[in-house]
Amino acid sequence: MLSPTLSLVQLSRDARAVVQAVDWQSLSLPEARRLRELGLDEGVAVEMVHRSTLGGGPIACRIGRMTIAIRRHVARAIHVAPAT
Amino acid sequence: MHSAPLIALVGNPNAGKSALFNALTGARQKVGNYPGVTVERHTGRLSLADGRPAELIDLPGTYSLDPSSPDERVTRDVVLGKLAGERRPDALLVVVDAGNLDNHLRFVLQLKALGMPIVVALNMIDLAERDGLTLDPERLSQALGLPVVPTVAVRRRGLDALREALVEALRHVSDTPAEPVLLDIAMLQREARQLAAAATVSETRSRRLAHRLDGVLLHPVWGMAVLLALLFVIFQSVFAWSAVPVGWIEDGMAALSSAVSATLPEGFVRSLIVDGIIAGVGAVIVFLPPILILFGFILLLEASGYMVRAAFLMDRLMASVGLSGRAFIPLLSSFACAVPGIMATRTIDDEKDRLTTILIAPLMTCSARLPVYTIIIGAFIPDRAVLPGVGLQGIVLFGLYIAGIAGAFVAALALRRSVTKGASSGFMLEMPRYQMPNLRDFALGLWSRAVAFLKRAGTIILLTTVILWALLSFPKAPPGVPQTEYSVAGRIASGLEVIVRPIGFNHDIALALIPAMAAREVAVAAIGTVYAVDDAEGDKGQATIREQLQKRWSLATALAFLAWFVFAPQCISTIAVTRRETNGWKWPLFMVGYLFAVAYVAAGITYWIAVAAGLG
Repeated sequence: MLSPTLSLVQLSRDARAVVQAVDWQSLSLPEARRLRELGLDEGVAVEMVHRSTLGGGPIACRIGRMTIAIRRHVARAIHVAPAT
Repeated sequence: MHSAPLIALVGNPNAGKSALFNALTGARQKVGNYPGVTVERHTGRLSLADGRPAELIDLPGTYSLDPSSPDERVTRDVVLGKLAGERRPDALLVVVDAGNLDNHLRFVLQLKALGMPIVVALNMIDLAERDGLTLDPERLSQALGLPVVPTVAVRRRGLDALREALVEALRHVSDTPAEPVLLDIAMLQREARQLAAAATVSETRSRRLAHRLDGVLLHPVWGMAVLLALLFVIFQSVFAWSAVPVGWIEDGMAALSSAVSATLPEGFVRSLIVDGIIAGVGAVIVFLPPILILFGFILLLEASGYMVRAAFLMDRLMASVGLSGRAFIPLLSSFACAVPGIMATRTIDDEKDRLTTILIAPLMTCSARLPVYTIIIGAFIPDRAVLPGVGLQGIVLFGLYIAGIAGAFVAALALRRSVTKGASSGFMLEMPRYQMPNLRDFALGLWSRAVAFLKRAGTIILLTTVILWALLSFPKAPPGVPQTEYSVAGRIASGLEVIVRPIGFNHDIALALIPAMAAREVAVAAIGTVYAVDDAEGDKGQATIREQLQKRWSLATALAFLAWFVFAPQCISTIAVTRRETNGWKWPLFMVGYLFAVAYVAAGITYWIAVAAGLG
């Protein structure tokens, strides 16, 4: 069961989702490349590890068994469908 | 053909490459630099299973052969045999994290396309198992078409099998140079996922402990509280734990000095050894214990995986001054020494971000400032407890660290709006797993720091103190005139004194500032030498310097001196490494100029406020 897509930054803590689309155009070239190198791409399962509720700081999420840190503007470019 | 084959150790960051390197080579390693670039070159001897020696070279961790930082460029160039002065490796030892195959196998596939002999070390297999992941190395080997050896580098497991696999791999050395094959990263990633799935026997969801730990340590309030508490404990420990070993070193130096005085006749040689060498170098060596304690904490934070969490926490603050959390790691290293700190900025891919970090790194309170701070605080700040376990001296020291950090933030903000204007590069990185630090790697790291420090004490500091002693001892002053003012050094200092008098510095300080240009800790040695020369009758040692300071300096002067050292760029090594890292004299000169200006103003303000408060 898939619900409508959210941006990764909207995912709540411990929630799991699948990456539906990444708005590569809105990212700078090095950002896009590093994101791919960290294994984030369409079709990948992600899990929110930490997102500060006060807003502003970076978020931490899991891709497979790896935890990565990304800034919010990057997370906003990643569209996910929450897994239920 | 060289007698010993060259094996390059490559892999993703956090694959445990350096631990494997340490396990395979032990203490038989050399740290140097690649010609032309400033990336550290780690090499060591390794015994193969058939008894032959091989040379192992540890390359910087990278995610692909498509470099985005100077570090990663070195890895690509060495692997492809394109780095001048470095021979092409005969085989590659690729380290992968067993718990993160999806990601790490992609790089293995890219390397495999080069057609070189490869052995894959399936590292940290124990952690993967603990994490609920069961792998079949045999199946992975078949699917990959490469030999795969399960290893646990920190526990030294799997090393013999690795040595055997390397012998086998070295039979297939080819002479045709490797050429990079352009492969689509998304395609490689899919292939890597399939391989990882094929090698996985069973998998449960990863353990929740690390997850819960992250919930606290990454929290903007709790996490920050933990970080600040940690920093406070570190700086208190630097003082508290080092008192006893410092006492031993002081006693040893005093014994040495009286032994020499008893054996040698009064005169030139005795004065040189006792007043010049022992007083000067001794005053610096006593700071080995606190420096090692600080380095020890930094090594532990790095090895445990906490350092990147701290960077995560700091990203928001760093972003507010136009930097990224990535700058936190070089800046924290700069608390030990700005030289490795500035070198660590190579992991920052954005040029302007990196330059800003380099320019503010010297503001972090490096260990060379500790001798200066310790002696002034020891002499002028009363040793009493403000709260149980919290001493006033520790608080003042903490305040000096904070002053440096605040100065760095203001400087970064100003620099980012002027000379290093540009968009921020962002913050995107892998957070390593939490791990119990390995005692052996810890000891090895600490040992190399201690050796580096003692080498400095033995060369640059020894040389400058001897020169200063000579400048101070000649010409001999007539009776009734202080030797420190009559000597050559005294006359130079008198010129400098005109400039530093308005900020409360006396003649002795002007004198100490000259050799301290070489390295900050020399200031202490210099003051030690100055007072030893002036006071040839008294017994030498730390206590004497302390009493002399109390007698000759006002509290306002002492505080101004501390403020000066928070900012002053008095370190030849830092200036040299900045020149190397920025490829020219422009930025090191800019750095020296702006820091001296800030130091002068800060010391002046401190002095005049203190005088106004009646402390002059």
